[in-house]
Amino acid sequence: MSVETILVFGEGDEGSPSGLTLELLAAARGLATNVEVFVAGDGAAMAAELGAHGATRVHTTGPLDGKLMGVHAAAALQAHMETSSPDAVFFGQTPDGRDTAARLAVRINQPVVTNNVGASFEDGTLVVEEPVFGGTQNVFTAFKNDGPALAMFRPKSFEAEATGGGEAEVVAVDAVDPGPAGSASVTGRHVEERSGPQLDDAEVVVSGGRGLGQPEAFEMIDELAGLLDAASGASRAIVDAGWVPYSKQVGQTGKVVKPNVYLACGISGATQHLVGMKGSKHIIAINKDPEAPIFGVADLGIVGDVHKVVPALIEAMKSR
Amino acid sequence: MKVVVCVKQIPDPALPGELDPSTNYLKRDDKLILDESDSYGVEMALQLVEAAGGGEVSLVSMAANGEVSGLRTALAMGAEDAVLVSDDALAGSDALGTARVLGAAISRMSPDLVLAGVESSDGYTGTVPEMIAGVLEMPSITFAKQIEVDGTTVKVQRQTEAGYDDVECQIPVLVSVTAGVVEPRYPSFKGIMAAKKKPVEELDLAALGVDAAVVGQSGARQETVRVTAAEERQAGEVIEDEGDAHDKIVEFLGELKIV
Ligand SMILES: Cc1cc2nc3c(=O)[nH]c(=O)nc-3n(C[C@H](O)[C@H](O)[C@H](O)COP(=O)(O)OP(=O)(O)OC[C@H]3O[C@@H](n4cnc5c(N)ncnc54)[C@H](O)[C@@H]3O)c2cc1C
Ligand SMILES: Cc1cc2nc3c(=O)[nH]c(=O)nc-3n(C[C@H](O)[C@H](O)[C@H](O)COP(=O)(O)OP(=O)(O)OC[C@H]3O[C@@H](n4cnc5c(N)ncnc54)[C@H](O)[C@@H]3O)c2cc1C
Repeated sequence: MSVETILVFGEGDEGSPSGLTLELLAAARGLATNVEVFVAGDGAAMAAELGAHGATRVHTTGPLDGKLMGVHAAAALQAHMETSSPDAVFFGQTPDGRDTAARLAVRINQPVVTNNVGASFEDGTLVVEEPVFGGTQNVFTAFKNDGPALAMFRPKSFEAEATGGGEAEVVAVDAVDPGPAGSASVTGRHVEERSGPQLDDAEVVVSGGRGLGQPEAFEMIDELAGLLDAASGASRAIVDAGWVPYSKQVGQTGKVVKPNVYLACGISGATQHLVGMKGSKHIIAINKDPEAPIFGVADLGIVGDVHKVVPALIEAMKSR
Repeated sequence: MKVVVCVKQIPDPALPGELDPSTNYLKRDDKLILDESDSYGVEMALQLVEAAGGGEVSLVSMAANGEVSGLRTALAMGAEDAVLVSDDALAGSDALGTARVLGAAISRMSPDLVLAGVESSDGYTGTVPEMIAGVLEMPSITFAKQIEVDGTTVKVQRQTEAGYDDVECQIPVLVSVTAGVVEPRYPSFKGIMAAKKKPVEELDLAALGVDAAVVGQSGARQETVRVTAAEERQAGEVIEDEGDAHDKIVEFLGELKIV
């Protein structure tokens, strides 16, 4: 069964929608006859790609000029929804997605259900699926509210797919002044240097954890990643310790990755780490403790010292 | 400077979590502890007040059965006093209901700065802080990895997917802090003893003037319809490294045509 319209909260950078936005479009297309996008930013620049992924319209505020997004997006979104009444709004579980959904929830007095990986309609109500306890159980939640269903989804929960649709119609929406609540402004942006494939869409991910022993040892993780054309990732233990930036964190509070191969080096396999990488097609783990939980999900487990196995692997790769 | 820190008291995350099969709420039978996610907010508040040359750090928490053990930990770290909201009608509250309650409590405290964690360790919706700001109609900056207060201006490094943004705002403002941004201090023995005598004001919904209809299970307007076991991943081969494990890995990658 399907509903009339699902609105996707679209995010992106420099004119291209994020991968997560395209994933949400794919999910929404399976559930609604009409899928539209709301962009708090330059949505016009994304219209072609959004259309190719099945969006009929993109409602856009235009650039926010340094305003912090959430509260402004929510105010404009509320005004838009008063005339368009979508059955559901899908958000990505991102910083701006959360801020916008949370502010909107207060403004329109509707609940938000977060951290979902699946959605369906059962007897006309949206039911969303959330993994709990490190992905060992799935909780299915039905919206019982009188009004639009606000649902937030984790990355990599759906497969993005172009449908070959034409450019989405661009509809300008008016900015709405949220008053003093909207006074936070962005005064500078800092982008970390990145080379090689992105963690979210790399074919191979090589990750390191506390078992590396010291920050310098992460260099061998980066070196191995370079040789395998892989992205390097990390457990939260070494992100919190300041060895590597947060952008490398895999897990519940970091990135969700689903590469072809995930190679975990000196990572114990805590449930919060597993939820971020358990969906990988193949998992290899190197850990000196034969009881480490990571071996429970590994296709190939090596009980050994990362300081021996990883350098030997680097040498083997170099000599090929 | 007056700082109010939101602290959640949660079941110990080291213990396996369990849903009550009759209600599908998270079981909260054991003693609750201070959520580690909030120990960073408490530490940050103490450091900001020290840097400002004076002020006060107060705590606010919503928890069942008048639970204060997590609050005592934060008081032992150095916070001055606390407000606890506890009421039987709150069982099953969602994030929005929680934010309405915490917002009502905070509005009585007139803070310059409200701190919270980016997301809790047990529910981790990551929406409560921004919702509290919404209830208070206050500006907010989420995902802070560094905070500096310069007179009446709050300057924050806000974590983004690509790196971080510099964000500025005038007080009063709510800021949510990411884990690991500061090293939370261990309460000293003296701190623990002093915490026992620090004031904790306990309020119920009536005292706060919050309508019981907007909280609890009915206020949440969302219902768990079923809980299923997730498909388990099968463990594969585990071998002991005898100096040749790297060859095994190369072979495995070769079969997948990665090398
Ligand atoms: C709310 C919440 C959210 C969280 N979110 C995340 C998240 O997003 N991502 C995440 O990763 N974690 C997250 N965590 C933390 C998680 O619970 C673990 O603490 C963390 O994943 C542990 O990291 P680790 O495996 O590197 O370290 P440890 O658990 O300390 O494991 C180190 C491993 O290295 C092995 N080892 C040691 N020396 C060697 C050696 N020489 N050679 C080989 N192996 C060796 C050890 O046997 C051990 O298994 C979260 C926790 C909470 C409470
Ligand atoms: C597995 C699970 C899934 C859930 N999913 C949803 C959902 O999708 N939608 C929904 O509306 N509710 C959901 N809930 C209920 C929700 O967790 C509770 O409403 C909870 O009271 C607040 O949300 P949170 O823990 O997610 O807070 P978060 O927003 O993750 O917490 C961030 C910060 O807000 C502050 N804070 C949060 N709660 C309190 C408190 N009680 N006292 C003081 N400070 C606090 C703390 O500083 C905390 O670090 C879920 C609960 C569980 C156990």
